[in-house]
Amino acid sequence: MNKKRFSFLFSILLVLSMFLAACSGGDDNADGGDSGDGGSDVEQNLSVNINTEPPSLHPGLAKDSTSGTVLRQTMEGLTRIGKEGTPEEAMAESWEVSDDQTVYTFKIREAQWSNGDPVTANDFEAAWKWAIDPANQSEYAYQLNYIAGAEAANTGEGSLDDVGVKAIDEKTLEVTLANPTPFFLELTAFYTYLPFNSKVAEANAEWANDAGDDYTTNGPFHMTEWAHSDKIVLEKSDTYWDKDAVKLDTIEMIMVNDPNTELSMFDNGELDWAGAPTGALPLDALPALKDEGRLITEPIAGTYLYKFNTTVEPFNNANIRKAFAHAMNRQELIDNVTQGEQLPAMALVPPTMFPENEEGYFPDNDMEAAKEYLEKGLEELGYSDASELPAITLSYNTSEGHQKIAQAIQDMWTQNLGVEVTLNNQEWAVYLDSVHALDYQVARMGWLGDFNDGINFLEAYRDADGGNNDTGWEDPEFQELLAQSATETDADARQQLLKDAEAIFMDAMPVAPIYFYTNNWVQNENLKDVAISGLGDAQFKWAYFE
Amino acid sequence: MAKYIGKRLLYMLISLWLIVTATFFFMRMAPGNPFTSEKQLPPEIEANLNAHYGLDQPWYVQYGEYLLRILKWDFGPSFKYKSQTVNDLISEGFPVSFLLGLEAIFLAVAIGVLLGIIAALKHNKWQDYTAMIVAVLGISVPSFIMASFLQYFLAIKWGIFPVARWEGFMYTVLPALALASTPMAFIARLTRSSMLEVLANDYIKTAKSKGLSSGAITVKHAIRNAMLPVVTYMGPLTASILTGSFVIERIFGLPGLGAHFVTSISNRDYTVIMGVTVFYSILLLVSILLVDIAYGIIDPRIKLAGGKKGE
Repeated sequence: MNKKRFSFLFSILLVLSMFLAACSGGDDNADGGDSGDGGSDVEQNLSVNINTEPPSLHPGLAKDSTSGTVLRQTMEGLTRIGKEGTPEEAMAESWEVSDDQTVYTFKIREAQWSNGDPVTANDFEAAWKWAIDPANQSEYAYQLNYIAGAEAANTGEGSLDDVGVKAIDEKTLEVTLANPTPFFLELTAFYTYLPFNSKVAEANAEWANDAGDDYTTNGPFHMTEWAHSDKIVLEKSDTYWDKDAVKLDTIEMIMVNDPNTELSMFDNGELDWAGAPTGALPLDALPALKDEGRLITEPIAGTYLYKFNTTVEPFNNANIRKAFAHAMNRQELIDNVTQGEQLPAMALVPPTMFPENEEGYFPDNDMEAAKEYLEKGLEELGYSDASELPAITLSYNTSEGHQKIAQAIQDMWTQNLGVEVTLNNQEWAVYLDSVHALDYQVARMGWLGDFNDGINFLEAYRDADGGNNDTGWEDPEFQELLAQSATETDADARQQLLKDAEAIFMDAMPVAPIYFYTNNWVQNENLKDVAISGLGDAQFKWAYFE
Repeated sequence: MAKYIGKRLLYMLISLWLIVTATFFFMRMAPGNPFTSEKQLPPEIEANLNAHYGLDQPWYVQYGEYLLRILKWDFGPSFKYKSQTVNDLISEGFPVSFLLGLEAIFLAVAIGVLLGIIAALKHNKWQDYTAMIVAVLGISVPSFIMASFLQYFLAIKWGIFPVARWEGFMYTVLPALALASTPMAFIARLTRSSMLEVLANDYIKTAKSKGLSSGAITVKHAIRNAMLPVVTYMGPLTASILTGSFVIERIFGLPGLGAHFVTSISNRDYTVIMGVTVFYSILLLVSILLVDIAYGIIDPRIKLAGGKKGE
């Protein structure tokens, strides 16, 4: 009996000792995690949440905002989006543009990688060609399609040698574009256009998989630790050319994927920032934060919209589409449902690109016009009453936020147009499949700009079979205007062409815009000068604690 | 015994093969693929990607190759996390989930058994009622609510523990408590009722009449026999703690394996889905086997082998 009791006791002890051993093991790497109270006087240690593990910190493979958030602090392209939101000289100290605006000659400044290697024009050529090379499986290589020959080389039809990027010498990079691209200097700040240290990459193809000697950077911060799915630690880089402008000593980027926890950690002083653009705030906390005056809201270049399938009845009729687009009270939806201070959208392109789109093409909540359009549409389709319309299904991907919006819109359409609307939700990947296959009637989608130019929103609807159209709509006049804009070298004339194209789009209404996205966040009161661009990206280069 | 274990291992292999096969085909039947995204890829690029990952091969080739890979314990690269292989994800994430689970099981068993014994010994007294109120609360409050509750009071209000993350011992307490609360309550109730049953047995009366102290009776005679149902519960408990840690890991921002178990599915990250499923399946099959063996050791009345020799 005693022996058995001993074995029982022993097994409990064993479990206990394993547990204690494990805990002490955890203590070893506990230092560094207590930089929580970043509110203290002069400590320049920033703690932010980036939600999830960045899928890749290789500039050529990154294709998501989390990876972009890290890369923007550690790497630097030819240009960098400055505090004012416009591209500024960065790795390129100057550039010349040919008269037809298709050849850019960049002069690379004297700068170093974090291991002391000089940054050369060759690093840019190598990085861009690496991404374009189909063998490297870069899913964002199409961001480089503005460069002559890039698309052909990427799809395997052309050769990498014909791509229009060439290192003339160590410090001179010549880029030939397929068309004049007025926003090209903005693109060169984007992460697919970042360079990498070609010497290191040649020696170690897996240089970007972990922090360490091979993860060389040329930006304001250097990555010193990358604990996958846990945290990333950045330290001020000594080799950065503009290091005097950098005031933060460290940035700790933690990966907590729960908005409530994020806010709790912020309230507890463990984070200096909670919410967009790096993290997220719990939706139900927004009204309270707003009342306390802590919530900061800024519009960003993104549109939340409902797409219409223009290939099936009743949405093959433009008047019916307009009726549905008009019969929404967007402001009421924003005040009561989304509660994030979004702007009602009565246009496709966000006001950060076309400022007059704050007004839009038609008034919000215009029920009279909606009813008129409905009458006209019904007549054209040969129905006498809205109740005769085919059953209408509104689709969205499974999410509480989208569901609440869909329910509100369903109610508005039923009340104001007298139509029967059913809701349908699908898991994200399933949903994308159905939308891409035009297997829907009305479907929600969001579009966030990659660069601050209207073409980014318009070109998706150029061709009915284009990958991001999903509405079955196309218009030769719209296509013609976009084609003209691609070769127009005068910025104002080009902007006007794009606006004319948008007017055609809004008149056909293949999508009903609902709101323009905003970023909502709370931040440590002593934290200053975090630069948030018009696209809603954060840069900590100039940030400091007071 | 060896024969019994050998037979069980064979069954485990068959179960594992069934799980792998079912997961493989269900996964491929689900619409979408690892490259599905809001901004659609040009078709040439997608074809190129499919060819690179072998997704353009006929299903039987992919399936066969996959089975071979499992045999070699090489689950391949993650589609989503380009800097890591599935083996990396498992070897980095599992220790965290394992520690959390172990701590939770330890807390659940230690506190649960203690509460149960107190309740049984003080049957129908205030100690009994208090313990059982705690138990009912533990069973009825879901772990994610318990988690927020613990975070709010113990971390934000009173500042005893950090709100979240995994940086040392203090960080493990709240998630382990949240994860342990339900099984702890269940074990408390289980222990209480089996203790009450045992205490009413004749041999306890015999022990009493022999003049043994009540402490000795409890420790020597009652607890040991009352533990059987708790040991039985350890199998399903291990399973539920391992697979249920996802929510807790998410709320507390822990870099465990639980998150991959769920998010890989919405990412259609085929290799991660398969790798994590195979890994968890093996873990569960082994833990069930261990519980069965332990059961036989603790209660000699249950014979694992040789019971039906005439078969």
